[in-house]
Order: sequence, then structure tokens, then C-alpha cells
Amino acid sequence: MGYPLFPVHPTRPDPCDDGVVPALLALADGAVFRGFAWAQGEAAGEVVFNTSMFGYQEMLTDPSYHGQILVLTAPHVGNVGLNPEDDESGRVWAQGLIVPDFSLYCSNWRAVMTLADRLDAEGVPVGWGFDTRALVLHLRAHGALPGVLACGAGLHERELRHRAAAVPGTDGRDLTGDVSRRRVEGWAAGPWRSPGAAPAVAAPGPRVVVLDCGVKRSILRQLVAAGAEVLVVPGAAPVEDVLALSPAGVVLSNGPGDPAAVAATVSTARALLGRLPLLGICLGHQLLALALGGRTYKLPFGHHGANHPVRHKTTGEVWITSQNHNYVVDPDSLPAGAEVTMVNLTDGSVEGFEAEGLQVVGIQFHPEAGPGPHDALGVFSRFVQSLVPGTHSVSDFGSALMQRGEGTEGAGPTAKAAEEKEKIAIPGTHNGEG
Amino acid sequence: MPRREKVANACIIGAGPIRIGQACEFDYSGVQGVQALREEGVRVVLVNSNPATIMTDPERADATYVEPVTAEVVAAVLEREGCDALLPTLGGQTALNVAVELDERGELARLGVRLLGASVATIRTAEDRERFREAMRRAGLPVLPSVSVRSLAQAEEAAAVVGFPAILRPSFTLGGTGAAMVYNREEYGAAIRAALAASPVGEVLVERSVEGWKEFELEVMRDCADTVVVVCSIENLDAMGVHTGDSITVAPAMTLTDPEYQVLRNAAATCLRTVGVETGGANVQFAVHPTTGEWAVIEMNPRVSRSSALASKATGFPIARIAAKLALGYRLDELTNAITGCTPAAFEPALDYVVVKMPRFAFEKFPGARDMLGTSMQSVGEAMAIGVSFEEALQKACRSLEAGRDGLFAPPLVAALDDEALKERLTQPSSLRLWAAAEGLRRGWPVATVSALTRWDPWFVHRLARLVWWEEKLATVVDDPGQLAAVKRLGFSDAAIARAAGVAEEAVRQARHQAGVVRRFRKVDTCAGEFAASTPYLYGSFATRDEVPAGDAPAVVILGSGPVRIGQGIEFDACCVQAIAGVRQAGRQAVMLNCNPETVSTDWDAADRLYFEPLFLEEVRAVVEREAAEGVLLQFGGQSPLSLASRLEEHGVRVLGTAPDAIHLAEDRRRFAEVLHRLGLRQPPGETAATLTEARAAAERLGYPLLVRPSYVLGGRGMEVVYRKSELERTWQRGITAAPEHPVLLDRFLERAVEIDVDALCDGHDVVICGVLEHIEEAGVHSGDSSCVLPPVSLSLEVLAEVRRITRALARELQVVGLLNVQLAVRDGVVYVLEANPRASRTVPFISKATAVPWAALAARVCCGESLARMGVRDGVPLGVAVKMPVFPFERFAGVDPVLGPEMRSTGEVMGMARSFGEAYARAALAAGLALPCRGKVFLSLADADKPRAVALASRLLELGFAMVATRGTAAVCQEAGIALEVVNKVSEGRPHVVDAMINGDIALVVNTASGSRAHRDGTAIRRGALEHRIAYVATVSGAFAAAEAIALLQRGLGPPRSLQEWAAAR
Repeated sequence: MGYPLFPVHPTRPDPCDDGVVPALLALADGAVFRGFAWAQGEAAGEVVFNTSMFGYQEMLTDPSYHGQILVLTAPHVGNVGLNPEDDESGRVWAQGLIVPDFSLYCSNWRAVMTLADRLDAEGVPVGWGFDTRALVLHLRAHGALPGVLACGAGLHERELRHRAAAVPGTDGRDLTGDVSRRRVEGWAAGPWRSPGAAPAVAAPGPRVVVLDCGVKRSILRQLVAAGAEVLVVPGAAPVEDVLALSPAGVVLSNGPGDPAAVAATVSTARALLGRLPLLGICLGHQLLALALGGRTYKLPFGHHGANHPVRHKTTGEVWITSQNHNYVVDPDSLPAGAEVTMVNLTDGSVEGFEAEGLQVVGIQFHPEAGPGPHDALGVFSRFVQSLVPGTHSVSDFGSALMQRGEGTEGAGPTAKAAEEKEKIAIPGTHNGEG
Repeated sequence: MPRREKVANACIIGAGPIRIGQACEFDYSGVQGVQALREEGVRVVLVNSNPATIMTDPERADATYVEPVTAEVVAAVLEREGCDALLPTLGGQTALNVAVELDERGELARLGVRLLGASVATIRTAEDRERFREAMRRAGLPVLPSVSVRSLAQAEEAAAVVGFPAILRPSFTLGGTGAAMVYNREEYGAAIRAALAASPVGEVLVERSVEGWKEFELEVMRDCADTVVVVCSIENLDAMGVHTGDSITVAPAMTLTDPEYQVLRNAAATCLRTVGVETGGANVQFAVHPTTGEWAVIEMNPRVSRSSALASKATGFPIARIAAKLALGYRLDELTNAITGCTPAAFEPALDYVVVKMPRFAFEKFPGARDMLGTSMQSVGEAMAIGVSFEEALQKACRSLEAGRDGLFAPPLVAALDDEALKERLTQPSSLRLWAAAEGLRRGWPVATVSALTRWDPWFVHRLARLVWWEEKLATVVDDPGQLAAVKRLGFSDAAIARAAGVAEEAVRQARHQAGVVRRFRKVDTCAGEFAASTPYLYGSFATRDEVPAGDAPAVVILGSGPVRIGQGIEFDACCVQAIAGVRQAGRQAVMLNCNPETVSTDWDAADRLYFEPLFLEEVRAVVEREAAEGVLLQFGGQSPLSLASRLEEHGVRVLGTAPDAIHLAEDRRRFAEVLHRLGLRQPPGETAATLTEARAAAERLGYPLLVRPSYVLGGRGMEVVYRKSELERTWQRGITAAPEHPVLLDRFLERAVEIDVDALCDGHDVVICGVLEHIEEAGVHSGDSSCVLPPVSLSLEVLAEVRRITRALARELQVVGLLNVQLAVRDGVVYVLEANPRASRTVPFISKATAVPWAALAARVCCGESLARMGVRDGVPLGVAVKMPVFPFERFAGVDPVLGPEMRSTGEVMGMARSFGEAYARAALAAGLALPCRGKVFLSLADADKPRAVALASRLLELGFAMVATRGTAAVCQEAGIALEVVNKVSEGRPHVVDAMINGDIALVVNTASGSRAHRDGTAIRRGALEHRIAYVATVSGAFAAAEAIALLQRGLGPPRSLQEWAAAR
């Protein structure tokens, strides 16, 4: 037996090795951070950090980062390149990327291109060689701030500061329209499985309509794996359009911006209350709270990482979760009948609520992971199972949902073997993963 | 907060002596465990035979038994202490094995003791590879095809199922001892026989080899509510096929995407649930195919391990502490993250830096051992480094190893290889492969080539290539602030830049400071900055923001001892940790600088501030400057900090305690001779020589035998006794390579002298004697390898008084402030001074245990200016008779002669304390695993010089009821005196010979003191035979008398174990 060979990708000299171009990040509060530029160009947006050590591909393509400059604290970024399976949408949404080290050379058996090539192609500027830790400590103290990342020689610090101060934050802005699908689409692909593992696609089951406010593909993939027939509709779709698809349940997706400004989806959600089981994830969870008459507020610097502990109030179970949000539901604003079910153990903020009589469940974190731990993946199978007529009564819907998940790869004997499901054709829509 | 388990009185089992595969990481875990339980009001009883540990400091636990870690002793301790629980997961494999044995014997049930942290079923499932595999299969996790065999016939069938290459793993062995890779049917037969013999239960797992697959390790914790967190992912640079303890490892994993990582994370959790680790920590190892992504679970350890110590230090997450709390029934979300002080322990650390661990080897200590790495662990220690990039961490790790390299620059041996030989060096894992790989890249070999040869992921190789690329530019970076910043961020040392540019290191440093490229210190905070961390656990890098908190008292920097190596082990870490306490008592802030992840000194709460940095001049200066420290303490960390003494002083750093000049005076042959002359003290005649010609001439003048050694070494590196000119010449070559910049010392060797070790403490004015140790083996065996006893048993009171007088005189004359170790030899009532070392010696923790005085802590206070008189410190008085006995790693190195000599080879030590010498020796022997027999046949083979003592020894053995066989000469002497014994052939005399008798199980004890070249060949066969067949072996007559005393005691039965606290109370 010969030794396995490694996939070797064409390489360019590393950016730090020669001919470095300066980059500047100016924040709205006047702070300036320096590093080096990979691509040319400039990005403006709210500067947020994420402490995940894995999953830059997922984060960059997550529509929730629309309008934001993403700071990654992982020491090396780009090291595993990009692969065809891990995108969370069809493009990179972050306005700009700031990293400690940018690896042009990648190595992973699934990699088909380098991160640098993709970001070049999509015109996303990259600042590397930044002291991202200093930047995180600054944001921790001063909150998420708008900023401008500028790349290239001859940068004018004072002018950049000035422009940074003028960059709008996300408060009061509905950004979902920028990222949402425009038409109804079917979704049929399940999540990635490692070689030899059974494909994670169940036989077609109850129909789930997803209101796309910037949905991550992982949510769709996990619904498919849970046995749902998935239809994705624009986030602003009126309630009639949703009902016309005769779903068994509706999912309100994650997405960017200030939930308080997302009026259309909230009104659709309000109209669906009590008519269909509703599951809201991240922004969708905030929108459900708003639909119930609750309020949201902004956290100082948000939750952005893959290591946040969340505890279910009644079961006491603790999940390590993936999080990416700046806004959060005010627990005191929830109406009677809606109850906070999960809290974040680091700051006590709301991580989930349910309104049992209405079959409404909101989850602030990302049970679909992508990137992050799979502790909460079971949410999807339980949600989909609860939609099968006669499986669950209305009253145990919520608690049935919030139990430790199974069915994810490596998680034990219940991993289901199922056949790859064919894409569902809906007249007049695009199909599947594009 | 609920503590669910009602535990009142728990016993923690320690790991015993330091061995390869089981090092000081279990002192760290024990210390954390003891503290975690006592915080909860649990009474803690500790059993650990290793006196050189912090955990056995008597104030740590409620009852501390420095007693053999065996099932009998632990059962006796459990009974007399009335323990209700036993925590076996903090003491490595040793503790787990004892727990299983106690359960099997029904002792746990009889005594009503519950196991905490792991059940016996869990331990069995994890340890028995067959059961483990079956459990994994049931859980749907991929494992490698394998068959467990107990006979040669079964082995044949197994080969057909598994195929080649296959790996043979003996069951229930330490650190993978005896594991072997087999590539073809021809090799298979011999290998399977060896593996069956190596397993204490005669069982071997034959398994498909995944050599060349990538290796990952996940450190996992689980609580009683089934919350599972991954503390750290670790990626091995070396692919499968190299033991993880011998691999260069990197955290976090670098070449996994998130979905791939999450599959391993899920599988790790499933593994813990399936095996039944209900609470606590475990590590799970995975293999991942580099091009197909196929993966498999390799193994898991249901306990705190070397990897978890590394993970603790790499992330700041105190795994052992949390494991102890979880064992009491706490949930992770009920415990606080000790580093942030404000977030729960139910989380997964996020790293915004890279950690590289590098193993430290000791092949040079074992002539005949081949520097080839495989599936059996051979490294003796490790260093860890933290950097903002893989490159920085890697180069810092190189410096931390203290192997004379500050980066990837080729050692001469590697640079001299031709391309073919270099290629081989890349294919064959060895201690030098990293440098060989860099050399390949330097010769222009493509990344793909180096990656294919080494089977290292090309991402890492590419990073190495980047460092090599910068090497060429180093000469000019001083003139370019941007480039200077870039190379510093990549971890190049000022010294390397200075070498390349041909300027002084100081010039590089100045240029750097002018350009604003200065080291700043960042916190290891478990959360990548997301939350404010209250713990000052720091590492240096070239960042923009410094996070060192302001101190509220003058700071004293204590330099640690770096990676464990033979001659510089855990005992120096124990001294450093005590020094921390002393510095604090002296009203200073204690700042620790060290780079060994296994140690207590690098625990997050050991000192007021911890800098995880190499013991390298540049880094040490940076820390001292940043702290604006009052001074540094370097007498506690062994030779590593001492070698920095003069250079630190040159750069204006104040060395607290004995002045560097006095340190060097003691090392300087000529100056030391003058001191002795002034004091009217004797030393064996000696000279120094810089060339072989000089050495030959000196030898003529001095006469043989001679002790030959390079200066400035610890652990007797390169030291040898030579009996003739040819031996001198051979030794010379080795001596020169050991320390090229220092001359070689030649001393007349005092044959059959008794060696004495004295530790003393001096404040520049008063001197107290901590303890006087008598070596049991005669002069010629390295002091670290000799058993010794406190107080001495064979010296006259007059000689002892003289020894004390000499020690006091030397301490004053050398103007010692702090500790002083003096080695002396006594022959014919005359006391000779061999060496004086003004620093903590390896015997200090042992003497501390035996005298119940924290000598190193007192020494630190003295260094900070306190006086012995004011502290009321007086000479140490032993609590009983204490014997210290070394343990050796010979079973790790096939083909090596397990002979003792002036070069130190032991990895660790045990202590036995009792009222009589015989009992103390018996306890120590039991603890060291020296299986002294109570009956049977003794084999005697004495050197001519020892023959006059043969009759006394033989009569003593007869008294004890032993039969005897002897070689012709020895037998003749005994028979003449009327002692009947059988004659047996030496190996060189034809068969059947003594080794045949040993193999046949006819010999229970070997006493072999023969020397000379033919005897040497015989000796090697006998020693290997004894080692392989686990027969007690004694190499000196005095050792044999000591063994006889112990046997006499064993025949009567050992008394009950006693705790150090009882000993102290009885005084």
C-alpha cells in the first residue's frame, strides 16, 4: 500500500512575504486599526467579530452578515480553502473580512478553490495581519460599531475616520429585502455527510414553508434531513401566499438587520399565529416575538461564536450553541401565554421562548449549526415530526421540540439511512441548491 | 448549587514515579483534584509514592501517603482512613489499574468505597480494545478492522482478517509499550511473540494500520446531566504511526472544515456516552484519511491524560479541577470558568492563538537505542509554545525545547546529509525530522515532495517553507521595520536575525525597539477576548495591545525548568512551586515563567502571574522588563535557568540569591580547587583538558580509573568512568559532542567509596543543613540513579560531623544565598568533596517530605532577603528512615544495556519511609516496581574486587532461606567458606547458562556486580534477561545488602502505611 498523497493546490506567494499593501480599519468612534490588504477596495458596515475556530466559509456566505464587516479571531483563515458543500448561500455576504492571518495556500480533501480566489472574484476586501484581539477587546468595551475597511496605499486616516462616523449602523434598518429570495423555490438537498455515512435525507413528509429573511442553507438542509418537503418563500411574502402552499408548518429564518424594522414578515407571522405551527430561528425568533407583541433590543456587542451555553429552563439541559445576533428579545415584553424557555448562560439573555397554545417556538441561536456544534440539531426532526398529523398534541409541541437531538452524524445509533431525495419541482420556481 | 454525590472522605490515587508516558502531568491533575475536592469540604486522602511532587506536599491533602501505589497499599489506606470514595481518574494508567484491581479483589465492595468519575465497566471498555471496538460498532462509529489474540494460532487467523500493514497492540500496557508496526508476514511471527510477552494479560490486538492518516485528538468533558463540551481539538503534525506523545501537535486543529470537525465532535460525545464516562474528562483519538476523508475512532482514555494537561494549558480550561467537581455531581453549568471568573464552565474554549507542543527526547542517554519514532512512546518530556500563528508557536517551541536550536535552522548533523540520506530522514520519523524537513525545503524541494515524504499535511509544510523563505532575507530585515515586524511575528529570534546579519544580538534588539517592534503580552482567556478574563495567564507576541494587569507589590520572576528530561525532572518544578509560596510570603508578587504544559507551575492559579514562554534569553528579558521585576530567581529550575545567569546579569537583570559568579565558580574546576585549598578540603585529584592530547597527558599524571565529564551539565550527560587509555579516547569523542564550548574535566575516580549528598540552606550568614543523604550504590553510579537513604546508615558519627562541617564551610566561602547541594565521597574514613552546586538539587523535595520542612519555599524567602535566624529555621531532622529509589525507562529502548553508570538514566523516583532501613527500602522497592522475592534462588556473580564481601552476602541470603547459584569464581569463594551453592555457566561459558535459567523461571533475584569487558558482554545479556522477565536485579554489593534487609522485612510482612501527617505528629 502506498502512502496517501495530499491534494496540493496551486499556490501563490503568501501575502505576508513580499510587497505588502497596507489596510486600515476606522471605526465610528474614531479608533483605527492597521493591517495589510489582500484585495483592493473598501468596505463599510457594522464591525462584528466571531470567535468560531472553524467555518469561515459558512460565516462569509451567511446572509445574516449582510451589512457587516466580519472580524474572525481564528488564528489562521483560508487554511482549508472552499468546498462546494459548505456555502450557506450563493454568495459572500459579509462586506469585508478582517483576520489575523490569511492563508492563500489551502489543504483539505474537499477543497476546490482558495478563499482568496473567491473573495477576489466577489470583490470582497480582506484585511489581514490585523491584531484582531485588540479589535475584539475594543468592540467588547465599546459595542458593535460601524466602520470602514480601506485597502491600498495612500490611505488617509482622518478622512477614513470621518467616513466611518457616517456609516449607518443596523438600527432601524430592514436588510432582509436585500438577501431574501424573490420567488418561491423548492429545496431538496440534505446536509453533508462524511464518506461512508448514510445520506441524511428522509422520505418526503410534511410540507414546511420557510420565510426567507436571509435563510442559511443549513436550516433548509436540516429540514430536509428531518423529512420535510421544503418550500422557501420571500421573507415578505403575504400570509395568503404562504397559506396557498398548504404547509403543515412554517419556519421564519435568520437574517440581517434590526428585527424591529422588518414589518412585512412580522405581519405575516402575526396572521399565521394559531393557524399553523411556527418555528423562528435567530431573526425569525425575534420576529415571532414582535408578532406576539413583544420587543427587541440591541446587545452591546452581540453573540457571535460557536461556544455559547444555553440552558432549557424546565429540562435543565445545556446545549453548546452556534450564535450570531446583535438583537435579542426583551423577556419582559412577551405577552401572557408566551414563556421564555431557554437562556444564555453567559449573560442570561433570551435564547428561546414558546407560546404553547399558539404552537409557536422561537430559538435565538442556530440549531442548524453551520458552523458550530450540533447539540440542537434535534430541533428539526422534532419540529417536522410534530407536523405529522396525530403525532403531537398542541400542548406538548414546545417541550417535545426542546430535547436533546439525535440523528446527526456521529451522534449515535439513530442516524437514519435514507435515500437521496430528488429535487421537488414547483411550477415557476428555481430548483434546489444553486 | 447542588453537589449530588454525598462524599465526605475521598481518596485520590497518584501516578507514582515519573516514567516515559506518565510524567508530571499527573502532579498537575492531582494538585487540581485535591484542591477542587477540599474546596467542597471533602476530606482528601492522597496516595502517591513520588516525593518529587507538589501534590504530596503535606499541606495539600488532609492525609498524604507517600506509599507504593499498589492495590494492597491503597486498600489498607482506604480502610484505615475510612474513605467512602475513590477518585482514580487523575493518576494516569497506574491509578486506573489499581482501581480495577481493587474492584476485582472485592475490596471496594468490602470497604463500601465508591468509585468516582469512572466505573470499572467504563475503564474496562475503554482499556480493552476489543470491547471498545465492539462498543463503537454498536454506536455506529467507524473503527478499524481488528482481532484480539491470545495465542500464536489465533494470531495466524487474525492476520488473514486484518491484512498488512498491521499494528500490534499489547493490552493493558503503559503509553503503548510494546506496540509494533508489521509490514509483512515474515516480520509478523517475531513481533506477535514480543507483543504477547509485553502484555501483562498476554493479549494483543492485531489491527489494520492507518499509518499516514491524519491524527486528531479531542479533549472532552461530560457531566451527570449529559452535557458534553470539547475543551480542545488537537491536530498532530506527524501522521498516524507516530505515538501522539512523540508527535509535534498543534491546537486548534488546522486542516478540518467545520462539518468535518463537528462529525468528530459528535463522535467524541457518542464515544463518552457509549463507553459510559458519566462524569469527567476523556480524550478521544481519531484518524482521518487525508484524501478521502474516511475516518475512524482509534482510542479513548477515560481519565485525565497527558493530552488533557496539554489541552488545559493550551486553552486555560482546568480539566482536572473540573473533572473532580463533576465527580461530586456538579454540572458544568453550575461551575464557573476559572479563567474568566464570570462565565460558566459549560462552554467550549475559543482560541485566538496557536499552540504547538514538541516532544523532548533522550536518545543520547541510551547508546544503542535508535532515534526512530513509532507507536511506542519514547519522549521523556515536552514543551509547549503559544503564538499568534503556527509559525511563531513552532519557533517558540523550538526554543522552549532547549535543544540548542532557536528555530528551524539545520543542526550540523542534518545539514551534512546528502539528498538521499535526507530523504530517508523525511520518511523515517525521528527526533530530528522537523529540521530535516526544513532542510529539504531549503534545498528547494517542493512542498508536495516534502509533504509526500513526511506525510505531513501540506498546509503545515507550506508554513515551514515560508519560514525557510524568510531565512534568506533575515540578513537584511534589520534595516526594514516592516520586514522586521514580519519576521518577529513569524517567531524568528533576535539571535537568529543577528546570526544572519552578522551583528550582535543587542543591535537587533535595539533596531527592533527603535522600529517599535516590541513584545507585548496577551491573555489566554478561553474565549478569544469575548469576555473579560480575571486570570493573568499570558504569552508574548508582537501584538499592538498589552494585557498585563498592574501588580500591587514588587514582582519576582521565577524561572521554571522547561521540558522534563532525564536529569531535570519534576523535582525542579516542585521546587519552583514552593518558591512561588516563599516569594509571596516574602511580600512579593510571584511571577512564573515556564514552558512545560505538564507542570503545576504552569497552572493558571499557581502564581500571581504566569508567562507561558520559552526559557530563552530574549523572552526572559522581555518578561523581566515588562514586569519591572525586582529580580529573577533561577536556582529552583535546574540547569536551564542557571545557564542564563551570566547573560541575564550582563543585561542588568538582578539575580536574587547566590550571585551568578558564585554559581560559575563552583563549575570552574580551577577556581573551585582554589576554594577547597583555601578551606583545607580534599578533592579527588583532577585536571581539565581542552584537547585529547591534553587529556592523555593528564590521565598519565592522575592515573586510572578516571571520571571524565564535560563541565556545565546536569544529569551526568556524557560522564563516564574510564579504566584505560582506549576507553578515555572513546569517551572523549562523546564528551566533546556533549558540550563543545566547555573543557572536559578529568578526576581520579574513587572506587568503592560511599557517596554523600547534602542539601543546605544559607542566607549569606547562617547555614542550616536540610539533610544528609547516603547513596546505597557505591560511587560511580550517578547520584540521580542511586538509591539513597536519609539519615545515613553506614557512616560513623565522626564522618557525619565532618560532612556537616565541610558543607557549612563551603556555603559560607561560596557566599551562597539560597540552596546549596554538595556531593562528597567517603573512603577509608576520609571525606572528599566531589561537587558543590549552589542551587536547588533534585533531592530537595525528597528531603522536604522526609523532614517536613518546605526547604525551597524557605530558600525563596532567603533569596528575597529574609534571614534564617528571623524565620527560626534550624537543621532538618528526618521523621523516620526515608529511602529514595529511582525508576528506569529501559523497557522502552529495545537492545539497550540497562546498566547504571555515571550518566543519569532514571526518569523518576519513589520514596519509602519507615522506622527501619529495611522497611523503608522494602517500601521504596515495592513502589518502584522492583519485585524483591521472599524465597527462591539467587544468582550471584561478583567482581573480583567484591569477592571479599561474597561470604557475608551469601550467609545473609542463606539466613533468609534463599538457595543460591553462582558463577565459578564467586562460588569458589563461598564454597571455601563452607557455603554450599550451585555453579552456573556465564553466558560466555556455553549453555545451559544463567540466562537460560532466568528464562526458565529458576532465578528469583540477580546480584551481578561483575565488570570488565567480557563480564560486560555477559552483564548485558543478564541485565536484559532480568528486565524482560521481570526479575529483580541488583548491580552492587551494597545494594544487595540493602535488598537483603528489605527482604527480611518483607518476609515478616510490611507494617501498615502511614501518612506524612502521622509521621509529623509522631515526632
